[in-house]
Amino acid sequence: MNNKPTSSGIVIENATVQLGGKNVLNDITVILPAGRTIGFIGPSGAGKTTFIRSIVGRQRLASGTILIDGVAAGSPVLRKRLSYMTQSVSVYGDLTTRENVRYFAAMTGARRNDARQMADSVLATVGLTPQSRQLASSLSGGQKQRLSLAIALLGDPEYLVLDEPTVGLDPVLREQLWKLFGELAQAGKTLIISSHAMDEASRCDDLVLIRDAQLLAHGSPEELCSRTHSKTVEESFLKLVKGDE
Amino acid sequence: MSIRRTLATSGRVLRQLRHDPRTLGIIMVIPCILVTILRYVFDGEKPLFNSIAPLILAIFPLLMMFLVTSIATLRERTTGTLDRLLTMPLSKLDFIFGYALAFSVVGLLQACLVSGVTLGLLGVAVQGGTLPILLVAVLSAFLGTTLGLFVSAFATSEFQAVELVMPMLMPQILTCGLFVPRDHMAKLLQWLADIFPLTYGVDAMKRVATSAEWSTTLTKDLLVIVAYGVAALILGAITIRRRE
Repeated sequence: MNNKPTSSGIVIENATVQLGGKNVLNDITVILPAGRTIGFIGPSGAGKTTFIRSIVGRQRLASGTILIDGVAAGSPVLRKRLSYMTQSVSVYGDLTTRENVRYFAAMTGARRNDARQMADSVLATVGLTPQSRQLASSLSGGQKQRLSLAIALLGDPEYLVLDEPTVGLDPVLREQLWKLFGELAQAGKTLIISSHAMDEASRCDDLVLIRDAQLLAHGSPEELCSRTHSKTVEESFLKLVKGDE
Repeated sequence: MSIRRTLATSGRVLRQLRHDPRTLGIIMVIPCILVTILRYVFDGEKPLFNSIAPLILAIFPLLMMFLVTSIATLRERTTGTLDRLLTMPLSKLDFIFGYALAFSVVGLLQACLVSGVTLGLLGVAVQGGTLPILLVAVLSAFLGTTLGLFVSAFATSEFQAVELVMPMLMPQILTCGLFVPRDHMAKLLQWLADIFPLTYGVDAMKRVATSAEWSTTLTKDLLVIVAYGVAALILGAITIRRRE
């Protein structure tokens, strides 16, 4: 294994975030190699969203560094290489599905016609073409989630940072989305996917377990299971928490 | 900053309005009805109405666009759309100018309708002509938009955004010279009125209504409004932080 900071991937060193005088992310050091599907797993309130916001550059670090391909998180050059799907469904309810995607496509810098093509293509990818003309506010919860995901696909970013993309979805839809994530990973994308559902963890190449603002463990699901002599990631998580206390 | 992204943002804001016919109706029709009501409030005092009506044409756009913009941008802040936009390759100015442009266009349409009713149907005569009236109204709409953008940073709910009309706009409306000539007010209020941007909008309307000539003081009034609008835009841009 190469432990030197590489030019590809996300290198996080001693990252600490303070909000209201409290450490909501405490001294996290971890290297996330490019081209993998990385799960940020932990209970709600553990600091997953803060961690994600730090990576996409929306959250300032109190100390430490986050480098993406050697560039500090939040640098303007990264805005074309990285996309962020927020936890809340960040779409315009009073626009149609297609108008939403076209607008965000234009924001990636695409010209009018390219933006239209990009929009149609990502809508097809998430299976929302039949809902193109529907107002986003009238979509079902799962459809809104997929619309939000479609927007994250615009501009073909290398890093997709998705905050709880499958929360509240029915099992069939979750399966479909994980299939799509698999395809993106196949295409060489780096995916960061946060979830508090432990059963989703086994689908990731790499897991970052977070609890109480701390990094509890990092490794592949198999590594974590064998290290803790567990059958499932959930069991492994519980053992790690116990060992921690 | 990019023209393409700014225009795309304006287009998007206007499209959102188009999907909301009720809001559009309120923006366009209600001021016409209100100015008509005012005409019959002053039924026995027609000359008084003739001198007040142009001033109203400066106040309505400010009030309306302030409300619409502050709520629209607050929604961007609370629903996560702004969060997402700020991780994308657009300038904050694309966002802010996009809004300013979109609502100035809406302001222009509103001004056309309301001045059509006021100058046409209600027969209010202005010396300076219709075009300068429209120009002042649009600048007032622009000012309302920029103030709304700025102020939305200080509201955490739509409730508060609406309430902010009271501290932000009511003092300006009370002291702008609509109710009594400003030199009849207490000295302190006169100074305040000199600071408030709406005062210059109302003065500009007064000048257009009473004089056929374009004076340098009129130009100055308009420049003051533009300066306030630009200042509010810059402050608005500062309140939008890429990194929190």
